[in-house]
Amino acid sequence: MVENRPWANFFAHLTLMVGVAVVVFPVYVALVASTQAPGDLLRGTLPMLPGAHGIENFTRMWQSGVSNAGAPPAGKMLWNSFIMAMAITVGKLSISLLSAFAIVYFRFRFRMFFFWLIFLTLMLPVEVRIIPTFQVVADLNMLNSFAGLSIPLIASATATFLFRQFFMTIPEEMLEAARVDGAGPLKFFKDILMPLSITNIAALFVIMFIYGWNQYLWPLLITTDPDYYTIVMGIQRMTSEENPQWHLIMAAVVMAALPPVLVILFMQRLFVKGLTETEK
Amino acid sequence: MQTKRMTFPGRFLPYALLAPQVIITLIFFIWPAGQALYQSLLREDAFGLRTTFVGLENFARLFRDGSYLNSLSVTVVFAVGTTLLSMTVALLLACTVNRMIRSRSTYTTLLVWPYAIAPAIAGVLWWFIFNPSIGIVPYMLDMVGYQWNHRTSGADAMLLVIFAAAWKQISYNFLFFLAGLQSIPQSLIEAAAIDGASPMKRFWTIVFPLLSPTTFFLMVVNVVYAMFDTFGIIHATTQGGPAQATNTLVYKVYADGFVGLNLGSSAAQSVILMVIVVALTVVQFRFIERRVNY
Repeated sequence: MVENRPWANFFAHLTLMVGVAVVVFPVYVALVASTQAPGDLLRGTLPMLPGAHGIENFTRMWQSGVSNAGAPPAGKMLWNSFIMAMAITVGKLSISLLSAFAIVYFRFRFRMFFFWLIFLTLMLPVEVRIIPTFQVVADLNMLNSFAGLSIPLIASATATFLFRQFFMTIPEEMLEAARVDGAGPLKFFKDILMPLSITNIAALFVIMFIYGWNQYLWPLLITTDPDYYTIVMGIQRMTSEENPQWHLIMAAVVMAALPPVLVILFMQRLFVKGLTETEK
Repeated sequence: MQTKRMTFPGRFLPYALLAPQVIITLIFFIWPAGQALYQSLLREDAFGLRTTFVGLENFARLFRDGSYLNSLSVTVVFAVGTTLLSMTVALLLACTVNRMIRSRSTYTTLLVWPYAIAPAIAGVLWWFIFNPSIGIVPYMLDMVGYQWNHRTSGADAMLLVIFAAAWKQISYNFLFFLAGLQSIPQSLIEAAAIDGASPMKRFWTIVFPLLSPTTFFLMVVNVVYAMFDTFGIIHATTQGGPAQATNTLVYKVYADGFVGLNLGSSAAQSVILMVIVVALTVVQFRFIERRVNY
């Protein structure tokens, strides 16, 4: 800051507080709604202060869900989301590490070809090839399974590029020293590359976990069996019925939003690192 | 493209290392994309009994089809609205946070977490706030005499999805603007201040031009986000309605293909979307190359 202007400071804080209020408002409303009794949300306007039925609503949602909407208990859906997000994250990270390692530390025929093949995936988000991808997964009998939920999403050009970029910055001497000491490629990968990339892996882990957790279209397409519903898509089933039970839906919304928000809040530095690096 | 000066010898190992990534790419990316290209040239009759090769007829039909052209303009309005709204708010917040010294990290934490919220959930949240019968905002709007109803008014529905999409994207833009602001040398701003430039003048003549690489990058990213990542917002709230007012291109691919089972048309739409993604990716990469030399 260049000059001291008390009024400008005051307005700056005011702007930020309004900004934070706007950002927090929708979630505050969700929290308030999730603590109301069933009838409270049917008449007039929504109360602005939390009610007394929070624990009741959350327990009900967690244990039994909104059964008449065909949605399973939230506990089950959260668990499914967690498995899907973890499978996508771990899968993306491991195959990207391996392919970046191959591209940087080996010379072989068709290297450029494979590189561009991986690059192409960047240009083909699920949203633009919905039906053919669905057909492939259906032909492979992967509908309604965790494999079908996660495997088609784990190819990752961004993670491969990021690791390639990072491997290029590792000094040549590392490899020379390792080879002089007689380390093979796999030993070098496991004992030198992996420990060096741990911060990058952690940063990407945060981003990928959020990406995996928030998947919506894909689970919506390939799960018809409520046993495999994930929480983010399950909420849509509850809101699309005739008289949505908002107090329960909002309890589910809070539960669905909490895990990724906690990840960001507790790993903010890694999150920012991952976000700015994946977009480079 | 370079490798290391020294590499490992290995005839099969590199292929084995690449295999998982390449197999998944081929099965779940390249093959479906090829299928979409192929199907975009075919037409099935109403009973799905016979498929005929129709060349580019599906594409020609799309561009004669009023509902597709409508969807195109809806997408443009939605993308421009979302990008402008979220970037303006984010830039304002980032500039203000950048003035702060002690409270900077607190405000940053308070502003970044919406990134974690799924688009579909963001949609449900705003849908609930704006719910015509119990929502809080329509109640307030009613007091100033505006009847909000996104179930009947297309403009209201569009505003609703723009709010939800922009709200979620503010945190992302904010982080990148803040990083961009922090890389501007303080000495430039101090020099301008000594010469008597007011804060407004300093912003428009120094900060804003120096931020332009970030701004341009974010514009591309936001347009991509608004076009492709907002399916959840539309599907969980308006479902493209009322009267097609929020039927964006991505939602229409889904609706025509999965609900309407019009495979040829949906595949042709997929192909058009792929062309758009490729164009946007090229723009983004060309720009990044330039930024390196900047």
